[in-house]
Amino acid sequence: MDDQPLIEVRDVTKVYPLKSGDVTALDSISLSIQKGDFVAIMGPSGSGKSTLLNQLGCLDRPTSGDLLIAGRNTREMDDHELTGLRLNTIGYIFQKFNLIPLLSAYENVEYPYLMKHRQEDENGHISRLLSKVGIDAALAQHKPPELSGGQQQRVAIARALVNDPQILLCDEPTGNLDSITGGQIMKMIRTLNEQGRTVLMVTHDPTVAACARRNVIIKDGRIT
Amino acid sequence: MRGKDIIFRLAVRSIRLHFLRSTLAVLGIVIGVVAIATMGMMGANMTLSVTEQLSEMGNVLVVTESREGGGGGMSGPGGPSGGSDDDDFIPEEQFKDIERIASKYGTVYALYSESDTIEVGDEERRATIYGLDQDVIPEILTLASGAFPKSTSSVLIGPSLAGRLDLTLGSKIDIGDSDEGATTTVRVVGIIEERGMSMDLNTDSAIIGSEKLFTGIYGGEGEYRQVNIILDDINEAGNVSDEIEEQMNKKEEQVSVQDSSRMLENITETLGTMTTFVMAIAGISLLVAAVSIFNVMMMSVTERIREIGILRSIGTQKGEVRKMFIYESAILGGLGAVIGAVASLSIGWVVVLAMVGSTDYFFAPASLMYVPFGMAIGFVTCVMSGVYPAWSASNLDPIEALRAE
Repeated sequence: MDDQPLIEVRDVTKVYPLKSGDVTALDSISLSIQKGDFVAIMGPSGSGKSTLLNQLGCLDRPTSGDLLIAGRNTREMDDHELTGLRLNTIGYIFQKFNLIPLLSAYENVEYPYLMKHRQEDENGHISRLLSKVGIDAALAQHKPPELSGGQQQRVAIARALVNDPQILLCDEPTGNLDSITGGQIMKMIRTLNEQGRTVLMVTHDPTVAACARRNVIIKDGRIT
Repeated sequence: MRGKDIIFRLAVRSIRLHFLRSTLAVLGIVIGVVAIATMGMMGANMTLSVTEQLSEMGNVLVVTESREGGGGGMSGPGGPSGGSDDDDFIPEEQFKDIERIASKYGTVYALYSESDTIEVGDEERRATIYGLDQDVIPEILTLASGAFPKSTSSVLIGPSLAGRLDLTLGSKIDIGDSDEGATTTVRVVGIIEERGMSMDLNTDSAIIGSEKLFTGIYGGEGEYRQVNIILDDINEAGNVSDEIEEQMNKKEEQVSVQDSSRMLENITETLGTMTTFVMAIAGISLLVAAVSIFNVMMMSVTERIREIGILRSIGTQKGEVRKMFIYESAILGGLGAVIGAVASLSIGWVVVLAMVGSTDYFFAPASLMYVPFGMAIGFVTCVMSGVYPAWSASNLDPIEALRAE
C-alpha cells in the first residue's frame, strides 16, 4: 500500500466551453504525488496551474480523466463526499488568504474544526495551533481586516491545518506578502512538509519554488 | 450542535453588519403582523360583542302561523308589516296549546300587532301598534320614564318614536287616518328603554297598548299575530321548538317556530366572512414585506458570494450554506413576529376601542389567538422568502464564488 501514490492524476483534461470557442485549460495531464512529497507547480499566467490545483482541491471536476486521492476516484464521489474530502483530507491556503471577515481569527480556525467535530475544542488545540503559527490569544480575537497580510496568512495556515489534513494545497501563498513575511511563511510550509504533510504549491516565483523537493512546470495546459 | 451554532453565529453577524437593511426588513414584517393581528382581533371583538348583544335576546322563540297551513302572506320575523294578510294569525286555542307546552320553560305571551297611520297634531306617520296582555307588559318591557298603562286609552311608546315626534309623557296620539274614518286617541303614559332590533318585538318605534285597546280598534279578538316564548334557559330552545312543532303540527302544519339562535348564527357567519376579507387585505402588506425580505436576502447572497465560496472551499456542505441563509431570514422573521405581536397588542387595543367601542373581549382567547396567528404567518412568510436566496447561495460554484470581489 505504501507505494500507492497519495494523489494520482490520470489523463485529466479540463475544457471551459465559451461562446467564442472551447478553451482547454488542462490537456491530458498525468501526475503522481507520493505521501510526504513537496511539489511546486510552476508556469506563466494562464498556463493552467490554478485550474490543476482546483482539480486537486476537489473544487472543480475534470472534463475527462481521473483524479484519485488516497486511492479513491473523485469521479465516483458526489458533492457531499467531495466537500467532506475538502474538510478532512485537504487543507487549502489561498493567495488572498480568504478568511471569513465576519469571524475573528480564532473563529476562522475554529470553523472547520466545528464542522468536522461538531463540538467545541476543549483541549486548546486551536489556541496551540494559532500560537504555533505566531498568532497570540489577543491577536486571535481580531477580525481579519484588522490583521496584517502576514498575520492573515498565518491564520489561514492554522485554519488549513486544524483538521490535520494529509494534503496541503497552497495557491501562491506568498503572492500577497512582502519578501520577509513571504520567507517566514515559506519556512512554515517547509516545516509542515518535513513533519510529513504532502504539500502542493502553485507559484510563479522561482525562489519560492526552490523550497519544494520537486518542480512541475506547466505550460498551455500541459506538463513540460 | 456547535457546528450549527457557528452557522447561526454567521447569520446573526451578517444581520448585525447590515443593521439598517435588516431593521427595515423586520419593520416590513412587523407592519404585516400588526395588520393581520389587529384586523383579526377587530373582527373577533366585533363578533363577540354582537353575539353578546344578540344572545341577550337570543332566548326568544317566536311562534307564528305556518306558511303552509296559513295560506301565505305571513309577516316576517320581528313584527308585522302593513301588507300582511288578515287571515294570518294564531287563534286563541292554539295559543293555549303553546302556553300549555312551553310555560314550564319560561314566559309565554301572545301579541296583536298592526301597522297603521298615527297622527300627532298635524304630523302624520306610520307606526306599529302592539296589543299585549297588561299583566305581561311589565314582565317583558323596561320603562325609561313614566308608568305602565292601566287603562285602555293609555299606551307606552318606543324611544325612537318619542324622539321623532317630540312626544313626552301625557302627549296624545291619534291612531288611524282621520281622512278615512274615526281615529282613536291614546295618551302616552310611559316611554320604554331602547331595545334594538329583535325577533320578538321591535318596540323602539312602536306604540304598545293593552289587548283591549288593540281589539277595540282593529277587532279580531283571539287572533294573535304571534306568540313569543322567553326561555329561562337558552339551551332549551331546540327542545321547546321541537316539542311545539311535534305536538301542534301532527296533523297539519299549523305553526312555525323561529329560533333566534339561527339568526345569531347567520350574523356571526357574515361577520366571520368580513373579518377574513379584511385580514386578506391586511395580508397584502405582508406580501410587500415578503418581497422586501426576499430582496434583503438576495442582496445578502450577492454581497457574500466570496464568503460562500470560502465556506464551500473549506468543507462546508451545501445544506449548511442553505441553513445559514434560512437562519438569517428566520431571525428576521422571528424578530418581526415578536415585535409585531407586542405592537399589535397595543395598536389592536386602540383599533378595537375605536371601531368596536369596547375592549371587553380584547383578552378573550378568540380575539388574542390572532396574535400568534399573525406571528406565525409573518414568520412563515419571512422564512419562505429566504428559501430561494438560500438555495441559490448553496448552489454557487465554489471557484466562481471565490473569484468574486
